[in-house]
Amino acid sequence: MSNSGGKLSLPAARSGGQAAAARQPDGSQVFLTTKLEKLLDAARKNSLWPFPFGTACCAIEFMSFMMSHYDISRFGAEVVRFSPRQSDLLIVAGTVTDKMAPVMVRIYEQMAEPKYVISMGVCACTGGFYRAYHVVQGIDEFVPVDVYVPGCPPTPEALLQGVVKLQEMISKGETHYQRTLAERRAARAQAGA
Amino acid sequence: MANREARLAAIRTAFPEGGGVVELPGGDLQTFRVDRRVLPDLARHLKDDPALDFKLLLDVCGVDYPAREERFEVVYHLTSLTHGHRVRLKVAVREGDAVVPSVYGVWKAADWFEREAFDMFGVRFEGHPNLKRILCHPAFQGHALRKDYDPGQRWLLREGEQDEPAWAKEAQENEDHFETQVLNIGPSHPATHGTLRTVVRLDGELITKAETEIGYLHRCFEKMSETHTWNQVIPYTDRLNYCSAMMNGVGYALAVESMLGVEAPPRAQVIRLILSELSRIMDHIVDVGANLNDVGAMTPFLYMYQAREELYSVLEACCGSRLTMSYVRIGGLSADTPPDFEDSVRYLLRRIPKLVDDMETLITENRIFRGRTEGVGAISAEDAVDWGWTGPCLRATGVAYDVRKAYPYLAYDTYDFKVPIAHAGDTYARYLVRVEELRQSLRIVEQALERLEPGPVIVDNHNVALPPKEEVYTEMESLIWHFKLIMEGMKVPAGEKYGYTEAANGELGYYIVSDGGGKPYRIKVRPPCFAIFQAFPHILEGHMVADTVAIMSSLNIIAGELDR
Repeated sequence: MSNSGGKLSLPAARSGGQAAAARQPDGSQVFLTTKLEKLLDAARKNSLWPFPFGTACCAIEFMSFMMSHYDISRFGAEVVRFSPRQSDLLIVAGTVTDKMAPVMVRIYEQMAEPKYVISMGVCACTGGFYRAYHVVQGIDEFVPVDVYVPGCPPTPEALLQGVVKLQEMISKGETHYQRTLAERRAARAQAGA
Repeated sequence: MANREARLAAIRTAFPEGGGVVELPGGDLQTFRVDRRVLPDLARHLKDDPALDFKLLLDVCGVDYPAREERFEVVYHLTSLTHGHRVRLKVAVREGDAVVPSVYGVWKAADWFEREAFDMFGVRFEGHPNLKRILCHPAFQGHALRKDYDPGQRWLLREGEQDEPAWAKEAQENEDHFETQVLNIGPSHPATHGTLRTVVRLDGELITKAETEIGYLHRCFEKMSETHTWNQVIPYTDRLNYCSAMMNGVGYALAVESMLGVEAPPRAQVIRLILSELSRIMDHIVDVGANLNDVGAMTPFLYMYQAREELYSVLEACCGSRLTMSYVRIGGLSADTPPDFEDSVRYLLRRIPKLVDDMETLITENRIFRGRTEGVGAISAEDAVDWGWTGPCLRATGVAYDVRKAYPYLAYDTYDFKVPIAHAGDTYARYLVRVEELRQSLRIVEQALERLEPGPVIVDNHNVALPPKEEVYTEMESLIWHFKLIMEGMKVPAGEKYGYTEAANGELGYYIVSDGGGKPYRIKVRPPCFAIFQAFPHILEGHMVADTVAIMSSLNIIAGELDR
């Protein structure tokens, strides 16, 4: 009897087909136990739906990242949605100006939870070399960021790595959304106790 | 009409000596200092006199000279398409009385350029129909390009403070007119390619009024260029039209080189030309692909993007960067090309036509595509010139104006290529012109490869270019040159220059003012799509709402260049 200690890793589930129906060599059944939250996270991380908030040069590299040469669909995040209601990953690709910031905040707020943010390019991360009167000096002034991908613009490989990094964070429960949720639960538990 | 005296004589017939128009000596262009009281009459005369025929207003910009009594100078650049000549007008005003009559009534092209000068310098244009901020947001205080404005001073824009057109509010309140509705498109919309916003008033599906809002990507290029050395500006130029970054850098470097009186070595010039034309191809590829994608044809975009990836690999081999290259230096290039450069370009010359042919087979005679684009977004040649259009969009209306032919640079006059034009001026015509231009660019690259001789790629002048690294480490003098260039920057002689090249969208102009220091005093970019996009709301009126998307992407509006 194997018990993965509450952790269901996806390869185990894949190799056994349906995990609960897998059998050991002697014929006895195998049960893998996990938390519902972990199972959902495994599903979420492998089917991220990005919202491309492309404003500048990085949006062109974002296109390369989507196209057949680099092909994000290998990592399960190719379903790009331009409606914030239908997406759970905000990729801010490009410079965000003070004029654009309220639009970005509105879009972030319109996204349904759970939601994650990748900041693509140094402009979105820190303002980059635009240390200027109309440029937001890093989007984390306005929205919480999970993964920063530096570069001006980052290569598509770098952005791919950013997505993979985010997937790791989701499975470890390290994203901003998951941490906030955990904190809220802990606070509630404390208040209840 | 090619000489100064004849032009001056033609102006003097209406504005005699002492009539408010003074010719300034020297300069890269014939320049007149104009009293603001005679400006509207002079503008009308310049446009209507057949001997002058300045139909195309290229640029209006401000310059701030805090030390002068007349602090602000408004500078106009004009060109005549028939006579092939140019002039510059300057109007100086005091700070307390910074009012200049608008020339919008003469050239519609002045519309947004005057708004920009108002936004950046606070110069008011009397008689302008819609004088408000254009690039900075409505909560912005002060005027950013004044010399006393701190480059880092930001102002926050809160939700709900965005600018709405006055008529949009009225239409919403008018409830009994139930078929009228106001629709907001952008700035975050799949078809706006970045950061453009259009508000349209609809009667059913018909657009009765439209207004565009820009500035969502105003990254303060011009202010940043005043705080950096001449060579440090090059990475900023790359991010103007980021679809064809090389051409911006080449245009800038050519302008500064002519101020310095240096010329890049022959090999550098040929490489600049090859990479510029490859960039033009890349730009047209993205534009045509995106246009097709927006009207619902995804497949050609994938074909075109394949070509683009292959072009990228050549650029990356040259300078290490795929998109924003920063390959140009004033006086040449940052490094020589890799050894297999010629082979890989020859491969592209074989490969790209195939991909373009595939795309054309699918699209050019496609009934759906023609139905969506023929007659859609049409503009007459006269209107296009009046709005200040240049480049492929102008050529699609039948005006064969191409800077490469009219004012050759990089020895374009020695290459055999044609300037394709179309006559309908609609979205389909713009598509045809771009595809043909792309093929002509391939021809130019093919000829340029034959002329690629070994040699240096940057001038051997240490007032301008850094000495080779090995000399810096071994020779005292080179180390000093290196130190001075890095710490102080090169010194460009005081003066002004309007340098212009044919970028992917049309005439890309750099109006550069130097005070002799290590940093530019003022750089004004004349972005081609700024002029093109200001006509967009006027083209839209009378079209269906779905045409917005087809027209917008056919104009190839690149936000980096539009908003700077």
